[in-house]
Amino acid sequence: MKRNVGIVIVSHSPDVARGTADMVRQMVGEKVPLAWCGGDPGGGLGTSVEAIAAAIQHAWSDKGVAILVDLGGAETNSEMAVEMLPAGRRERVVVCNAPIVEGAVMAATEASAGSSLDEVRRTAEEMRPA
Amino acid sequence: MSAEIVTSERAAGSVLLDHAVGLHARPSVKLTQLAKTFQARIELALSEAGPWIDAKSIVKVMATKAPKDTILHFRAEGVDASLAVAALIGLVKRDFEDGR
Repeated sequence: MKRNVGIVIVSHSPDVARGTADMVRQMVGEKVPLAWCGGDPGGGLGTSVEAIAAAIQHAWSDKGVAILVDLGGAETNSEMAVEMLPAGRRERVVVCNAPIVEGAVMAATEASAGSSLDEVRRTAEEMRPA
Repeated sequence: MSAEIVTSERAAGSVLLDHAVGLHARPSVKLTQLAKTFQARIELALSEAGPWIDAKSIVKVMATKAPKDTILHFRAEGVDASLAVAALIGLVKRDFEDGR
């Protein structure tokens, strides 16, 4: 069983998502389940509900999953992917209101210490501009 | 009735931060991760006069932006306070185990 909250990174750009995930891995280490997705199925900029759902599945932890998003559609599609989850899982996924790169590193650092999903989200959201 | 003896202790210490880039992102993450392995309440300051911040808060630790050659002050309170302060000072002395 994965003991730490998982992190999912959702950007319109696969390069941004992959780069953010690289920063999390290099700064925080391997103790946090991590997945990213970005780009539309046609290869352009965008996000896809299916890809987000797959990323949530990949980073799944019984302690829950925190999603970091960039702009507009990344958030609405993430919310849609969460709604599609079966009851029992749906309640254990949150979309954080935080900048994607900084929020992902902060959330993963918090998660790596074994913190709860609520603590992980609060730490990521401390990064919001005042 | 059995009595459980809980010994709470206080500890404090300081260390020169001579990591090349100061307390930037990666060192901040390592410091916070280590602090969170202890039960004690642990605080960090760049001056003995404070302000003291929660060493277990990655956001607050990173926001100190402590540059190279700053003296980091630690204080802790709790059952493992001495161990915590020693471990954190050790991490800074070992240059955050940054192999780069």
